[in-house]
Amino acid sequence: MVQSLDRSQGRAGGVATGSANNHGTYTGNRALQIEEPLIFEMGQTGRCGVDLPEPPKVKERLNGLRRKGTIGLPGLAEPQVVQHYTRLSQKNYAIDMGVYPLGSCTMKHNPRINEKVARLPGIGDLHPLQPVSTVQGALELIDSLAHWLKTLTGMPAVAMSPAAGAHGEMCGMMAIAAALEAKGERAKRKTVLAPESAHGTNPATAAALGFVVKPIPANDRGRVDLAALKAALGPDVAAIMLTNPNTCGLFESDIVEISKAVHEAGAYFYCDGANFNAIVGRVRPGDLGIDCMHINLHKTFSTPHGGGGPGAGPVVLSAPLAPYAPYPWIVKDGDTWRVAEDGAKVEGAPLGRLKAFHGQMGMFTRALAYIMSHGADGLKQVAEDAVLNANYVMAALKDVMSPAFEGPCMHEALFDDSFLKDTGVSTLDFAKAMIDEGYHPMTMYFPLVVHGAMLIEPTETVAKEDLDQFIGALRSLTAKAKTGTAAEDFKAAPLYAPRRRLDETLAARKPVLRWKPSNNPPGIDPLKQAAE
Amino acid sequence: MRYLPLTDADRREMLSVIGAKSVDELFRDVPASARLAAKVGGLPDHQGELEVERAFQGFAAKNLSPASTPFFIGAGAYRHHVPATVDYMIQRGEFLTSYTPYQPEITQGTLQYLFEFQTQVTLLTGMDVANASMYDGSTGTAEAVLMANRITRRHKALISGGLHPQYRSVIETTAKWEGFTAALSKTDAEGLEDLIAAVDRDTSCVVVQNPSFFGHIRDFTKLAAACHAAGALLIVVVTEVVSLGLLMPPGEMGADIVVCEGQSIGNGLGFGGPYVGLFATRDKYMRQMPGRLVGETVDADGKRGFVLTLSTREQHIRREKATSNICTNAGLCALAFTVHLTLLGEAGFARLAELNHAKASQLADKLAAVPGVKLLNDSFFNEFTVKLPKPAAEVVEALAAKRILGGLPVSRLIPNDPSVENLLLLAATETATDAGMDPLVAALKEVL
Repeated sequence: MVQSLDRSQGRAGGVATGSANNHGTYTGNRALQIEEPLIFEMGQTGRCGVDLPEPPKVKERLNGLRRKGTIGLPGLAEPQVVQHYTRLSQKNYAIDMGVYPLGSCTMKHNPRINEKVARLPGIGDLHPLQPVSTVQGALELIDSLAHWLKTLTGMPAVAMSPAAGAHGEMCGMMAIAAALEAKGERAKRKTVLAPESAHGTNPATAAALGFVVKPIPANDRGRVDLAALKAALGPDVAAIMLTNPNTCGLFESDIVEISKAVHEAGAYFYCDGANFNAIVGRVRPGDLGIDCMHINLHKTFSTPHGGGGPGAGPVVLSAPLAPYAPYPWIVKDGDTWRVAEDGAKVEGAPLGRLKAFHGQMGMFTRALAYIMSHGADGLKQVAEDAVLNANYVMAALKDVMSPAFEGPCMHEALFDDSFLKDTGVSTLDFAKAMIDEGYHPMTMYFPLVVHGAMLIEPTETVAKEDLDQFIGALRSLTAKAKTGTAAEDFKAAPLYAPRRRLDETLAARKPVLRWKPSNNPPGIDPLKQAAE
Repeated sequence: MRYLPLTDADRREMLSVIGAKSVDELFRDVPASARLAAKVGGLPDHQGELEVERAFQGFAAKNLSPASTPFFIGAGAYRHHVPATVDYMIQRGEFLTSYTPYQPEITQGTLQYLFEFQTQVTLLTGMDVANASMYDGSTGTAEAVLMANRITRRHKALISGGLHPQYRSVIETTAKWEGFTAALSKTDAEGLEDLIAAVDRDTSCVVVQNPSFFGHIRDFTKLAAACHAAGALLIVVVTEVVSLGLLMPPGEMGADIVVCEGQSIGNGLGFGGPYVGLFATRDKYMRQMPGRLVGETVDADGKRGFVLTLSTREQHIRREKATSNICTNAGLCALAFTVHLTLLGEAGFARLAELNHAKASQLADKLAAVPGVKLLNDSFFNEFTVKLPKPAAEVVEALAAKRILGGLPVSRLIPNDPSVENLLLLAATETATDAGMDPLVAALKEVL
């Protein structure tokens, strides 16, 4: 295993030249691939996509602060808006289209019943501050999901309000800080241990809370080096942040000993639950001795990733951390549900509030629908099939690609780039060539501890015949790369996507983050320019 | 199980390729003490779609839907009509089931709508740049304070008494654990607050809300000047983004960072989330922003395209030195915002705002005519505060018993404060009708 300093995530390197996409149509379109301008280049004054009544005449009470001048929003009619966003949608790859093996992200099927129930009248349209007597079913729903999450993880408490995994990390680490403060140890315990393979959110979270992050090395099996960890533990350590299964797709086999050592040193164990899908229904993290873990509902429990959110990141808490859970939470008084909000008299010492209202209710609804659809039996099968699929990919590719570690893996298969040595093809090139084969590339250059990492997470919702085709495509690309004469082809990929490789250096050097009329050179029609 | 394509025959064949006798073998790295022999106990087994839907209808039946009743609650979440096109568009699988656009060649759809979103946000707020969304207004506000602390290298934020109480709590929590001072100005129900005298050389930023939590509309131009003279930043929060269709944008008042709750455009009430935070600032602070940014560039053929950019601020590159730990944000809610605002356009957005103000004015006049009810606001957009002759919480419960959702008792969010006990906050949007307002007025007369 070679330590990599390449943190470019594929950003380094120039843009390849050559062209395959210019077929010279008048419009610049290529059949179903339609070039689409920005809404700001399409609008006309006098067009509108909604019909609203004339406002009744009233005395204006705006304190003289009426907006002067126009906003600059374009006017489009409804059919134009529908066509515009439909055309944009067709430039996206998505789970609904095929294998999306983005390691660490758990891109599994998003069932549509979840969307339907989240929109039911009486669920999707409730105001968060309606009298609690009028939202008893909503509070019961949140508590039902909380019950499932606690039972599946074997943990006694859960904070539901964090808005995403990273927000959940913040919640969990604040709870640890609060517990330390209650013991009078916050000032002396300033160190947080995290493996070098950790998600970037882990060190970012710990640092935001004033902790100093100290990396702990991995052993040659891709796991935390137990001896090094024990040596690092001391009276200055607040917590360890560990992903399990880890970002190399491996189960931390020493985890019970790790948690014992951490607790003996007076520290807490934060578990990053991003990879819970590998063990859901088969292993309860509570049995491993952890103190808190966030659960990405958009990963394990299939709420849609939505182009980058919204997510939800409930955090399960051990008994020592439960008293510090933030507001709000749901309590039951006899037959009545209540919400404990800021200022409510409660047992414990809530760490505060992380977010307005009650958390990502829309995500709770979808996750609960998914969980109820699977049940305890189905969720166990989820973990088994996810792990089986990943191991199948690993087994079917290990003779031509280079697995980073000995198997078995859990829910994702990690390769390094040694199989590409001397081919002139990089991990980035290999990934871009997958696009032309009709796949979303795997996660690349992460984790950082593996050179040219390729992290493949098929998830349990891919059929075997689709996996076989995917494996066939990767074997074919591997064979092509190893001819030693195909580097130029790889560097030119993708050829068939809506766009070829984009100049990320230019984007960062001269940031253009909004449309302005002056963005378009005078006299040049952006659409015609695209067509040329 | 309908979501799992593998058959038993598939599983056997795959195990033989792997060279394992059973799936259990693949879990051999799990300590034996933690390996469950059977499924997790105490939980039901799988159910069909019909049964699942029935269960959720059961939950829904125990709630009072705002659609079925006179409804006047706001306080940071507003009931607006969302065109059917919006919900159709965000449910297209290419948007719904895609992820963060790490591979720009095959995610131009997401990247382009986020670029449109960023542009719309700058136009509404009167600012230079905006990011690709935050979780919501409350977390966005806390991030804005952290950003101001980074820029000014100071550690004291001055928080207006007109800021939403739960936003104040989120800032207070962030301050406590991330190590800065949040100086909380006292509750400002009357809208008389003037923070200029409180700005000093230690102040990193002043956080105000417009219209305020209690509905008052204020000009913060002088406060912005005072902040800048002291080397501090002005953060303006807008929890009702529709107000920007009618009101002077915070950018024109001199704001340095503007945070809005974007829920009102495109996103339903959803019992509090997911929502979408809008976050905008000045060009000079671009590289201190939290969250994702989309920028324009060209591809290898010279065609315009969009990419995630300036990632060297972010956690996956900078790790412990990142500007924020944010990763996933609110992409799909941002799409809903963008589609709705595109449907509205200049004319529709302005008219929507006029309608909201007109409906709220009608409601205010009707309520002010009820004996014992006193309107606290000289100015408001679509939400205002009234003082009742008795505790508002009791009144709201009595109205709920009549199936009327008649506003928010301020004491729910500011408990244990006698000065707000009788205050009721009411909002009226374009969805309000005479058929809803008149029963509220009649019921209020009965319960007061």
